[in-house]
Amino acid sequence: MTMESAQTIAGPVPASAASDVSLARAVVSPHPYATQRAAELAAKAATVSPRRDTLLYLNGVTKSFDGFKAINNLSLVVAKGEMRAIIGPNGAGKTTMMDIITGKTRPDTGEVYYRGDVDLTAHDEASIAAMGIGRKFQKPTVFESQTVEDNLRLSLAGSRSIFAALFHRKDESERDAIGRILATTRLTEKRRTLAADLSHGQKQWLEIGMLLAQDPELLLVDEPVAGMTDAETAETARLLREIAQTRSVVVVEHDMHFVRELGVKVTCLHEGSVLSEGSLDAVSADPRVIEVYLGR
Amino acid sequence: MMLGRLLGPRVWLLVAALLAAAILVPMANLWLPADSPLHVPSYMVPLFGKYLCYALLALALDLVWGFVGILSLGHGAFFALGGYAMGMYLMRQIGSRGVYGNPVLPDFMVFLNWDRLPWFWHGFDQFWFAALMVVLVPGLLAFVFGYFAFRSRVTGVYLSIITQAMTYALLLAFFRNDMGFGGNNGLTDFKELLGFSIASQGTRAGLFAATCIALALGVLLVGGVTRSKLGKLMIAVRDAESRTRFLGWRAEHVKLFAFTVSAVMAGIAGALYVPQVGIINPGEFAPVNSIEVVVWAAVGGRGTILGPVLGALLVNAGKSYFTVAAPEFWLFVLGGLFVVVTLFLPRGIVGTIDHGWNALRDRRRSLSAEDGTGAPPQLPPQSPAADRTSMPDGALPSPAE
Amino acid sequence: MLTLPCRLLTLAFLALLACLGSGAAAFAQAGDPAQIVQKFGGKTSFEATEATVKELAATGDPAVARALNALAEGQLYYRKSDNRVFIASGGGDPLTLLDPLSGDPAGEEPSGNLAKVKIKNSIRRTVSDALGSLTLASPDPAKRLAAANTLFAGATPEQIETLDAAIAGEQLPDIRARLEQARAAAVLKSDRPEAEKLAAIELLGSRGDREALVVLTAASAGSAEAAVKAAAAKAAGAIEETIAFWAYAQNVWYGLSLGSVLLLAAIGLAITFGVMGVINMAHGEMVMLGAYTTFAVQETIRAEAPSLFAWSLAIALPLAFLVSAFVGLVIERGIIRFLYGRPLETLLATFGVSLILQQGVRTIFGPTNRQVGNPDWMSGAFEVGLMSVTWNRLWIIVFALIVFAALLLVLGRTSLGLQMRAVTQNRRMASAMGIRTPWIDAMTFALGSGIAGVAGVALSQIDNVSPNLGQGYIIDSFMVVVFGGVGNLWGTLVGAMSLGILNKFLEPFAGAVLGKIVVLVLLILFIQKRPRGLFAQKGRFVEA
Repeated sequence: MTMESAQTIAGPVPASAASDVSLARAVVSPHPYATQRAAELAAKAATVSPRRDTLLYLNGVTKSFDGFKAINNLSLVVAKGEMRAIIGPNGAGKTTMMDIITGKTRPDTGEVYYRGDVDLTAHDEASIAAMGIGRKFQKPTVFESQTVEDNLRLSLAGSRSIFAALFHRKDESERDAIGRILATTRLTEKRRTLAADLSHGQKQWLEIGMLLAQDPELLLVDEPVAGMTDAETAETARLLREIAQTRSVVVVEHDMHFVRELGVKVTCLHEGSVLSEGSLDAVSADPRVIEVYLGR
Repeated sequence: MMLGRLLGPRVWLLVAALLAAAILVPMANLWLPADSPLHVPSYMVPLFGKYLCYALLALALDLVWGFVGILSLGHGAFFALGGYAMGMYLMRQIGSRGVYGNPVLPDFMVFLNWDRLPWFWHGFDQFWFAALMVVLVPGLLAFVFGYFAFRSRVTGVYLSIITQAMTYALLLAFFRNDMGFGGNNGLTDFKELLGFSIASQGTRAGLFAATCIALALGVLLVGGVTRSKLGKLMIAVRDAESRTRFLGWRAEHVKLFAFTVSAVMAGIAGALYVPQVGIINPGEFAPVNSIEVVVWAAVGGRGTILGPVLGALLVNAGKSYFTVAAPEFWLFVLGGLFVVVTLFLPRGIVGTIDHGWNALRDRRRSLSAEDGTGAPPQLPPQSPAADRTSMPDGALPSPAE
Repeated sequence: MLTLPCRLLTLAFLALLACLGSGAAAFAQAGDPAQIVQKFGGKTSFEATEATVKELAATGDPAVARALNALAEGQLYYRKSDNRVFIASGGGDPLTLLDPLSGDPAGEEPSGNLAKVKIKNSIRRTVSDALGSLTLASPDPAKRLAAANTLFAGATPEQIETLDAAIAGEQLPDIRARLEQARAAAVLKSDRPEAEKLAAIELLGSRGDREALVVLTAASAGSAEAAVKAAAAKAAGAIEETIAFWAYAQNVWYGLSLGSVLLLAAIGLAITFGVMGVINMAHGEMVMLGAYTTFAVQETIRAEAPSLFAWSLAIALPLAFLVSAFVGLVIERGIIRFLYGRPLETLLATFGVSLILQQGVRTIFGPTNRQVGNPDWMSGAFEVGLMSVTWNRLWIIVFALIVFAALLLVLGRTSLGLQMRAVTQNRRMASAMGIRTPWIDAMTFALGSGIAGVAGVALSQIDNVSPNLGQGYIIDSFMVVVFGGVGNLWGTLVGAMSLGILNKFLEPFAGAVLGKIVVLVLLILFIQKRPRGLFAQKGRFVEA
């Protein structure tokens, strides 16, 4: 909370940070404390600026479970509109990182900011989702006993009030929105099928479709192609690239072939912190990555 | 009107049957001669009225258990609280006709040497106030209890156990004389309700009709809620709670809504129950009672609307039969029901019939279709029956995740 | 070191002095009791009877106690014909006569020929005082102690000398302390100098129990000297504090006792629910089966081999374990194994089982409470400081701790325990390692159920054995396990003990029922605050 309020104070400053600060220093200099305060403000403004253009900003995040550090001093920045692939061996902290971003787990220490100034550690899953962060689980999680259409209807952006849901009426715009998502995820034929009756790959797509229906700014996608056929994998890569044109996407994936197909910046996690970051070629050439993950 | 399509034919059939019973049974009891084959004997009217109260209670439980996945083992508490609110009204109506003839104090208070009415007994001489309390007290308790429980994400078995502890605590509390609710003996010896003698055949018939109508309204309410988008959300919370959270829904609000509505329904059922059986005592809070409600819903088929109603009627009819024919066997039967239903009939009667029917239809459809890849058959795009939404193939929901 | 006869002599001498002081008796030689006792015979005045009592006491002969007791109880008669004194016993006619000193039979006599030696209350008091000082000389330490205690309660200033003598002659420190306290009590009632009274108050203050409090309160109220009054009040206050402390300790003890009962009831559940995650609503009935096994064992022993009764619990223990474990095994194999991963269904099915078991026991043994006897070593009580400790409660605490330790050992040190832990932590991996997981499930469940049966043996000693026995424990047991933290045996221990103590501390303020309600409400609130209990397992894989 303190960080957040500091943001609002410091927020307007850095537009012309340098000149403002020097001016302030000149004016208030007779008083040593004022000078010091101005310097602090300037310092704060300087620390703010690097995350002003970021969509997701993790700095020094640590989370341990019974002494086991699942996340250890992790820092990660995702820019607006960026698609990022995250790779790493089992237990590298990928899922815990997603839990922290989506509010399921609170970090022990560290900063997690969304859109530069929203402190995600102060919010829970529902409000983080409402802010525009969608998450796909590793195991496809859809509402199995309901139709594909209803799955999407429950996911569509809009009021999340209980009473609005009670008195909700279906209308054309809703039907169209669902239709568009069905078309994007190749599920138009399955509109009235129970989600339980979908194939594994179709469930994955339905879940991605549900994320799209949320109209998020950031999608967190955990192992979207696990258990998919090659054709389905290629189709998923195409789908994600399409989505990434309008939104930021973070993909956690083991399948290096798939990651290559995405063709985006790659971050390799190991033991809860960033081991290497860059293009896929650069990362896979990194000797440390080869050592812990890719193998020789 | 869209309602017809919204609720499905089965719900309307049930409502129609209840309304018919509300009219026909009292008529058959009051106006047909006793030797007529269609005459309903007088003892049966309050008996069936009692069953219908149980059916409403089972339906209330089904709303939270069948549709939201909250297994409440404390619904008997809401039922009993509604019953006590009604009982307090009936107690005040006795007036000076009690054994001690005190115009204000009920007999048990005179017996305990109390010199004035406790504060929480004020207002219960008015029916409207008592009726308000029938709704408000269980609703408020459920709201407060649910607010804390769901906010802290107490789920599954843990929730079941603390709801059981809740009703157990209330049981102990109501057994105490100084709680001011008649202690062990509870409230009884009622004389009249809204000016009608409680023992008269006409009043009993009227209460029966009122119970039918209340149950019909309950069926409409549960049907309406579960077919709305909120109803789909409830099922979503039941099947994959965390998914709803990550979609931005507040699962705790969904649960709180269902829990509170359900508690109010249970309270109304209790209020209708008390004048028909003529007594309310702390035994109604016993945890066993609440668990019995669960078995009614389970036998009939949870997650359906017809199921709990049917289950409550069947099990209680069986109970009435056994307690006369072979009282020592009833607990064996009831215990056996729990085991058999959970092991062999997890969908309940209605759910199993629905499932079998759908499976049969799907098989026929897939035989005619040329889709030979072994992919599961699709459902037809027609408007599904009221109870179709509930169970996925194969996997039953385990709300404890 | 004074020998016993020597002590007796001194005592007798002093008793004699006391007699002289009161001026009632003539300078009577500490003569032959057999002669003195005959003075009761014939129609005598109350004063003469009282004088005879004192004279008898002055002999210091323990044998006169019999006569004095008989006098006090109205069994001392004299024959009208010859004024000989006898003790008459038996209610019939003729009465059996006994010698007043030796107690030897002395023939029979129709009651019409006998007259009772009449006494009044003041004589009774003299008799009891006399008996007190007499038994002070008894060779039996227990009797001397009893006499000292009697004297303490009714100390009078006249007894100071008697007590002084007894103190001088006493060698056992315990008894001497008692005597000194009795003397102090007497001093406070006398007109001795202030310094002596203050010393007495200090002595009584150090005794520090309720009796001392009574004496001190009386001294504080009735004393004329301001210093004595203040000192007595202060000492009384200090004793009240001590008593309050012991009341506190007693509460803790009751709490531990209740806690151990909760622990016994919950510990099997800590295995089935805590370790396996199976909600066994029939757990209480496993306890009940254990209690009924105890009942059956005792009935058999009573009928076949009554001499073994002291061993009945030891025999019942393994049997109860086997019975409950077997029933648990049947439930697991027959029902629960089909419901793994569906906790709510398990809950319902096992609830059904509990109904069936209850009704089964009701059909076989009847619906009423069954009497399970306590062996000798389980009955009675003893005192620690100012609190009373009953043996059965003590044994149950010890037993609960033994069961707990044994369970820890089984889980931590045996290969079965190792396999159990492996299966509960990662079923698939354990299975891949060659562990027969279904078998382990069955064994774990049987173990938990068997322990519940063992608990039933213990609970049969303090609770009514009825078909509803288990129902009373099931909610409490779940509360204990959930409160302590699921999957953590130590949590169950701490949970049971803290809930027990909390309950007992609430009782004085709220009464037993309201206290229980308060505990339940607190628990409900606690679970909402910490759904995983006091000692929650943490980790990524723990889902709320």
